[in-house]
Amino acid sequence: MKFELTGDQQDFASSLESLLVASDPVSAARSWAEGDHAAGLKLWQRLAEQGLLMLATEASAVEVALAFEALGRHGVPGPWVESAAYLPTALGREIDGVGTVAVPPLVPYALDADAADEVYATTTDGLLAGSIGALHISVDRTRRLFDVSPDGDRVASGESLDAAFDLAVLACAAQLLGAGERVLADSVTYVKQRKQFGREIGSYQAIKHKLADVRIALDFARPLVFGAAIEPTPRAVSAAKVACSEAAYLASRTGLQVHGAIGYTQEFDLSVWITKIRALVSAWGSPAEHRARILDSLLEA
Amino acid sequence: MDLELSETELAFQAEARAWLAANVPPEPLPSLDTAEGFELHREWESRLAADRWSVVSWPAEAHGRAASLVEWVVFEEEYYRAGAPLRVSQNGIFLLAPIIFEHGTEEQQARFLPSMATGERVWAQCWSEPEAGSDLASLRSTARRDDDRGGWVLNGQKIWCSRAALAHWGFGLFRSDPEAQKHAGLTYFLFPLDADGVTVRPIAQLDGEAGFAEVFFDDVFVPDADVLGAPGDGWRVAMSTAGNERGLSLRSPGRFTAAADRLLASYAERPDQRVADRVVDAWLRAEAYRLYTWGTVTKLKDGGDIGAAGSVNKVWWSELDIALHETALDLLGPDAELESAWLDGYTFSLSGPIYAGTNEIQRNIIAERILGLPREPKGLQK
Ligand SMILES: Cc1cc2nc3c(=O)[nH]c(=O)nc-3n(C[C@H](O)[C@H](O)[C@H](O)COP(=O)(O)OP(=O)(O)OC[C@H]3O[C@@H](n4cnc5c(N)ncnc54)[C@H](O)[C@@H]3O)c2cc1C
Repeated sequence: MKFELTGDQQDFASSLESLLVASDPVSAARSWAEGDHAAGLKLWQRLAEQGLLMLATEASAVEVALAFEALGRHGVPGPWVESAAYLPTALGREIDGVGTVAVPPLVPYALDADAADEVYATTTDGLLAGSIGALHISVDRTRRLFDVSPDGDRVASGESLDAAFDLAVLACAAQLLGAGERVLADSVTYVKQRKQFGREIGSYQAIKHKLADVRIALDFARPLVFGAAIEPTPRAVSAAKVACSEAAYLASRTGLQVHGAIGYTQEFDLSVWITKIRALVSAWGSPAEHRARILDSLLEA
Repeated sequence: MDLELSETELAFQAEARAWLAANVPPEPLPSLDTAEGFELHREWESRLAADRWSVVSWPAEAHGRAASLVEWVVFEEEYYRAGAPLRVSQNGIFLLAPIIFEHGTEEQQARFLPSMATGERVWAQCWSEPEAGSDLASLRSTARRDDDRGGWVLNGQKIWCSRAALAHWGFGLFRSDPEAQKHAGLTYFLFPLDADGVTVRPIAQLDGEAGFAEVFFDDVFVPDADVLGAPGDGWRVAMSTAGNERGLSLRSPGRFTAAADRLLASYAERPDQRVADRVVDAWLRAEAYRLYTWGTVTKLKDGGDIGAAGSVNKVWWSELDIALHETALDLLGPDAELESAWLDGYTFSLSGPIYAGTNEIQRNIIAERILGLPREPKGLQK
């Protein structure tokens, strides 16, 4: 029994953290939203050099979760869940470059297919190569969603697709966890510095208690993520996704509220996470979907 | 990173499970706040103690098994899964014993711990006062030095003392130095509840049972031998129990995972789509608590400290407990208002956000000590 990160895992997380702190992912995300992939792809390359694309095949789901928490915390754009969780598990190989996939009905569009080297979609037959269709606009402008026609060869089928889906759900949960942590950290910084009525707004209990509730929600979502990472069963990853969606969503609602109007602007960076959290809550299975999966599995047991 | 139990832990688990299966009373005992139920719960404690299951984490020479923290959590899980009775000796074994181990003299350990472990002597926590609730350190009950008799004379009033209506001894803080600052000048005392000058007045709780009591002190003499820690050091001594109550020891995950299992069983019997999501959420929160606790246990095993995270924990388990029971009542439809084990558990769960430091106070602690937000302005003192 040792429910904590190993030294190696902590080192991995902190080197990833330093890389991201130094590489201004938010401006990459802002250009990505405009369809300009240059900065985002440069960051993609550096993260691939850190081994992010091979974690699913070469490391464990714990490293995958750690990586996605960091991606979420820094608002990194791009089809990471697809390229670093779903596809390597489904195909049994690392993606060389950028890959994306649609997994209807829960994941009807392929994220950032216009930036991808490999595009796939699942059908009842399995995983097929596909070609890109129309672009759809997401609440998170950095998520560029495309229709895909599964008109190519079948490349995988069967159980590996279930495992791929579960790992993608876990990755998405971890990304939400990181995004929620970021919103909380930025909100705490803000309320310590913003003054109204002659006091820091963070000294008012209405603000304190809201932020304390976010701290609590995130603290209890985290063990579900890492518990699921140790054994990514459908029930465990769904539990992680439900808890992280709720905690991150609470963080984003609270974060917006304690910032006041400045938080409601696109220019202020908080918007990157507020919109991303809203999008990720329903990505890779909505909370309702995952609650239903949990209930089914509990009643079966 | 792993969640595996070792060979010895698995063997311990199997032994606990087998013992509980053979010994847990088939019918629930009457409430421990009735005279009859109190005695039956004490008998249960003595049965547990006879086979060294009452205080598994205590040393072997003190009725325990020197169980590790992991084993303690495992034991609790088995205990509640088996539907075993509530612990009438809870205030003693979980709240007082840790400080007797830490601050008590050898003589005090020898005198107080064995009868606590067997349920022979049941303890009540006498901390709150009518004017000192959340702001415990503003307490007014006094201890006056009596050098002639070698001890102290207690006066004042405590209130909301769980179990005190039937318990044998109490523990509490008294102001021994009227000149000192609020938190200084407090001393920690142990006293028999039938001592001369002590009057206990039971108070009926929401469910009508005398679950707590008021305790009046009228020139009650306590010898030096029954002072815990140094005179004047009571606040520091007491705060080691406050951590116990908020954090791990009072609320092991076993209680909640067992309740979540019972909730699922009720759902399976009477499935109601309209309550399904809440059943899932209650299960999920119990599962989060279970995993979170393994993280805490790992930290403590490595010599870490719970610190202010105890407050995060306390808000979670108290709200989780209410959610589990509310959901179970919702499943019962029109029968929810009828007396039942769920209803008893529900009524008790409602007090969780109040005792052991209210959840508002816990949120203040989280905001100030974990998030580092500016401290609460304090009102006028004294
Ligand atoms: C079932 C039960 C069992 C108990 N058992 C024991 C026992 O065994 N021994 C014992 O000594 N005591 C016991 N207590 C008492 C318990 O510790 C107190 O009720 C608790 O400390 C709160 O004090 P209070 O009731 O005086 O409420 P108050 O302190 O008066 O609080 C009333 C309300 O004001 C809020 N409040 C107070 N201060 C602040 C602040 N600074 N910021 C924001 N909100 C604030 C509180 O959160 C609460 O909502 C028990 C209580 C219950 C309900």
